[in-house]
Amino acid sequence: MMTSQTHDFTADAGARVRIEALAPVARFSLRVRAAGRPVLGRALGCDLPDRVGETARAGGRVALCLGPDEWLIQAGEDEADAIARAGADAYAEAPHALVEISDREVSFRVSGPAAADLLATNCPRDLDRLAVGGATRTVFDTAQVVLWREADDAFRLDVWRSFAPHVRALLEIGQAEIAAGL
Amino acid sequence: MLLIHCPYCDQTLPEAEFAYAGEAHIARPEDPSQLSDEEWRDFLFIRSNLKGPHFERWRHVHGCARFFNAVRDTVSDRFLLTYRAGEPRPDLSTPEAAQ
Repeated sequence: MMTSQTHDFTADAGARVRIEALAPVARFSLRVRAAGRPVLGRALGCDLPDRVGETARAGGRVALCLGPDEWLIQAGEDEADAIARAGADAYAEAPHALVEISDREVSFRVSGPAAADLLATNCPRDLDRLAVGGATRTVFDTAQVVLWREADDAFRLDVWRSFAPHVRALLEIGQAEIAAGL
Repeated sequence: MLLIHCPYCDQTLPEAEFAYAGEAHIARPEDPSQLSDEEWRDFLFIRSNLKGPHFERWRHVHGCARFFNAVRDTVSDRFLLTYRAGEPRPDLSTPEAAQ
């Protein structure tokens, strides 16, 4: 007769590392040439940093430099219309592409003393070199993610919606392994 | 895993973030309709397939998303240097290129 043994990994799984799905936020992709960067920074009320991986925060808005002419803007969900209008008003002065991508991605927070260990199971970056407050676009398994370091032991992952179940499942496998002491 | 220096991010990052994009410094002909079939075939398909230092394009697709150029030794798979797209082809015999 076949027997099966079921391990209950969930009982203490959150002790070393927690995984949470976060509430929706407004997200925008901004592409603008160097000459228009200060104009857009003023229009959006948040400076646009000029080094890849740097972030700037002002009044609940965050701007992350993803590439030499590309920024990710995040703000409270109810600010989406205001941001779109601010971009449209600045268009004549500084031509740019400001695209709302709020629904494209969902965010997970990974926190706890083993958070970096959990991310290292699938992320090839050297996480020690990602400074607190910084963020970067990278890969998790084969899914593209934006990885934010909120604190020494807290990270946030912005994942494209269609990859989110895959990433979440991988995170939960890693969480169970860490809880089991593997 | 290979580590590749991205000249736009100015960081040395894992290969998984990058994609190979063919041989570098192949200029598209100004007026393709003036070319013979053989010249057009050579532009489209014929590549140098070198053994040794190879000038090639890479894209930091899961990062800053920029194309850049790299010199990779096709024997050892070692990256000799990387530089921004649009910069002239470096002379590998100069001391700073050899670093």
